[in-house]
Amino acid sequence: MAKNIGVIVFPGSNCDHDAYHAIKHVMNAEAKFLWHKDTDLSGIDLLIVPGGFSYGDYLRSGAIARFSPVMNAVQQYVKEGRPVLGICNGFQILLEAGLLPGAMLHNEKLRFVCKNVHIRVESTRSQFTSGLTKGDVLKIPVSHGEGNYFIDSDGLKFLEENDQIAFRYCTEKGEIKEEANFNGSVSSIAGITNLEGNVLGMMPHPERAMETVLGNTDGITFFNSVFNELQIA
Amino acid sequence: MYKAKVNITLRKSILDPKGKAAHHALQNLGLKNVEDVRIGKFVEMNIEAGSKEEAQDIAETACAKLLANEVMEDYRIDIE
Repeated sequence: MAKNIGVIVFPGSNCDHDAYHAIKHVMNAEAKFLWHKDTDLSGIDLLIVPGGFSYGDYLRSGAIARFSPVMNAVQQYVKEGRPVLGICNGFQILLEAGLLPGAMLHNEKLRFVCKNVHIRVESTRSQFTSGLTKGDVLKIPVSHGEGNYFIDSDGLKFLEENDQIAFRYCTEKGEIKEEANFNGSVSSIAGITNLEGNVLGMMPHPERAMETVLGNTDGITFFNSVFNELQIA
Repeated sequence: MYKAKVNITLRKSILDPKGKAAHHALQNLGLKNVEDVRIGKFVEMNIEAGSKEEAQDIAETACAKLLANEVMEDYRIDIE
């Protein structure tokens, strides 16, 4: 049976169409938009909370979006163990909603950074990364001003002990170095999962790295992993 | 009617790059006596409540649930 992938649209989302395009036209799966006022997530096999500037990033990134009607349904969806992928602003929303631990600060150097970066696969525990290999390096673009991941030392220890760190920023060769940690994130963290492994938040945009014509196809490697585990393809 | 004045700042342990940039600019202005700058948010709310304590409680809830993110921010509430 065909699987359905839902992409939530908040006022101010701007990567919703990128995600839709990547899923529907590159991965050849079924995709549909969900409005932030929708409350019915039945029949959705994978939920994507896309990037952008929901509610203009007023107050803090993701802080207002968290109170959209759809987010109650998302909380329930997560409780049922179904998969949610938050990209960039989507990651920020999941943090604000308490579905993932930690918070996002402004990039350490205050610049909005939009470029290809390298991330290393740190864990294959979750259903999103199980098709990848630990140590794999992916080239994926970032595009954010508030992606400086913060968690206190106890929280970091908990993430490490439970294998919740999915991706770290690294050099092209896969080394974790300060120079590769362009936004100042704690422990170079680029993406984390929840304890149960059904929620992944990541700052880089795999949906923008799907076509040769755009110069980067490592996003396909990531989505192949997601799709294999969820048996979407 | 009470007025709640809320100051929200990054927790002391967290580097505040905006404050640091402003501090640097103040140094360049010649204000060498300025030793540290922290930049935060200021929120003012008019609250209809029966007592000062009730207004304080409402403001606390507003801060804890929305206005501040306690993972990275501290807040101080003054009720007038």
